[in-house]
Amino acid sequence: MLEWLISLWSDPNTRWILLGCTLLGLGSGVIGSFTFLRRESLLGDTLAHAALPGVCIAFMLTEVKSAGLFLAGALLAGVAAVLCVSAISRHTRIKPDAAMGIVLTFFFGVGTVMLTHIQHSGSGSQSGLDKYLFGQAAAMVTGDVYVLMGVSLLLIVLALLLFKEFKLISFDPGFARGIGLPVGLLEHVLLILTTVAVAAGIQAVGVVLVAALLITPAAAARYWTDRLPVMLAAAGVFGALSGTAGAAISTLGEGIPTGPVTVLAATLLFAVSLLLAPGRGLAARALRHRGMRAAYARTVDGGAPPTGAAEGRES
Amino acid sequence: MMDFWIILTAVLVAGACSILGCFLILRRMALVGDAISHAVLPGIAIAFLMSGTRDSMWMLLGATAFGLLTVFLIQTLQTAGLQSDASIGIVFTALFAVGVLLISLNAQHIDLDLDCVLFGEIAYVPWDTWTLGGTDMGPRAVWMLGITVTVILLLLGLFYKQFKLCAFDPAMAAACGIPVLLFHYLLMGMVSMTAVSSFESVGAILVVGMLIIPAATAYLLTDRLGVMIGLSVAVGVVSAVAGYLASYLLDASIAGCIVSVAGILFILSLLLSPKHGLIAKASRRRSAAGVL
Repeated sequence: MLEWLISLWSDPNTRWILLGCTLLGLGSGVIGSFTFLRRESLLGDTLAHAALPGVCIAFMLTEVKSAGLFLAGALLAGVAAVLCVSAISRHTRIKPDAAMGIVLTFFFGVGTVMLTHIQHSGSGSQSGLDKYLFGQAAAMVTGDVYVLMGVSLLLIVLALLLFKEFKLISFDPGFARGIGLPVGLLEHVLLILTTVAVAAGIQAVGVVLVAALLITPAAAARYWTDRLPVMLAAAGVFGALSGTAGAAISTLGEGIPTGPVTVLAATLLFAVSLLLAPGRGLAARALRHRGMRAAYARTVDGGAPPTGAAEGRES
Repeated sequence: MMDFWIILTAVLVAGACSILGCFLILRRMALVGDAISHAVLPGIAIAFLMSGTRDSMWMLLGATAFGLLTVFLIQTLQTAGLQSDASIGIVFTALFAVGVLLISLNAQHIDLDLDCVLFGEIAYVPWDTWTLGGTDMGPRAVWMLGITVTVILLLLGLFYKQFKLCAFDPAMAAACGIPVLLFHYLLMGMVSMTAVSSFESVGAILVVGMLIIPAATAYLLTDRLGVMIGLSVAVGVVSAVAGYLASYLLDASIAGCIVSVAGILFILSLLLSPKHGLIAKASRRRSAAGVL
């Protein structure tokens, strides 16, 4: 155990990947909290799938594999996808969830066509493009890790700088508009930050699972607190812990992929929060419920007036 | 003959998905379909590990159970107070992660490629045949899909009225004495079964495309459920055949081409639909402005 921990830190490559995944978890946990509160959690899933054609076009244009370039492609494709979703759900009678499903699968289908076209054309340098998409942190080179770390730090700093504005548009967009905030612009900024988080996360955990980096830590954090700053911090910590666990455990064996381990670590944290968090957790709720029942039984036995009874049933 | 089996598989996938998709769209559960199609992966992996073979019936049953488990977990998290989008996201990513992990840890026992999980391998369908008592019975995928389509047609044929009422007005259906929850789980069971049997041919993500896109296209074209189902199947079948031809020309993934064609058909109906299309709406608005 100790040897394993020492080996994690002594191997410079592993150390960088560990640091990169931790920062990525931290950044996406923080940004994910805002999308969670805005009830747009599944947008992350749409953005991740929509990134595929963007990455393929970036590769076809330049024939180079670089994390920065793929990030740009994924970003553009993600923005296009979100515009499509909002256009479909605003101008037709199709509901937003179906619009997301349509855009997600259409973009991914087109991306698949491009990817297989590239692979069959056999330009030689395409190998590893699928590694990028299905997530294997161990396959990252130092340059990619720098990009990942830079992006994650940028996300955290921007989220802290715009904290007040994001808080308002998450809880009460109408009020934010009323006091003269540029709500549309801020929503777009938040959207772009989400896209950046997703595009950066794809390489570490893969297209399908990257949505979990945004959703699960934020949902877990929500159980512990009713205050946004605390929730952001908790989501960041949960994300960072899952990222670290994913990167560390995947060094144990050849066949252990980073993405699923990261996601399962986050899910474990979520399950613990769901059950044990004080106040909102299921165990705390059950205890409270029992306490109230006992109190109600006492008041009934003692012949107290029925006002207490009504209160007990309501809460 | 190879082409025939591939096209037949694609048409069966398209048929099964586009019928069920209509009900998912109407019940606003499009993304639950997405979740199910990803979450059946651990079921498929476990069925593989337990039976050791690609025995279809095991796989179909095991993985269908996981689909229902997904629906149950999403429902449970929602009753525990979590918002619906987050509960869908958490459940399906967790189950998909379990599936990927199981497959990568048992790579030598499971004959299932991770690329295939996402994109499907419909081109290999004709080689993977099912033999019964020494005679070749044709591709296994066609049998599995055939059973699925039969089950769907049978259940919908028997309970069409009930499914229709549950789709449009669950409260009214409950008031009429229809067991709404039972029909909900029946529908979800059929979606899981379709997701499992289509899984190897078109992959997890493109199943979702076939579930949602043809149904949404039909939803823009008509206001009647019966017509909507018919149109949806037509769109699905046309995309399957045209997609296969396109993949031949482009030398690219068949499943990807099928979904792309379906997407193009959706864009066409989005623009050109006589009642709900963007062009028709714009011209109506203009003529209304002219009257003023």
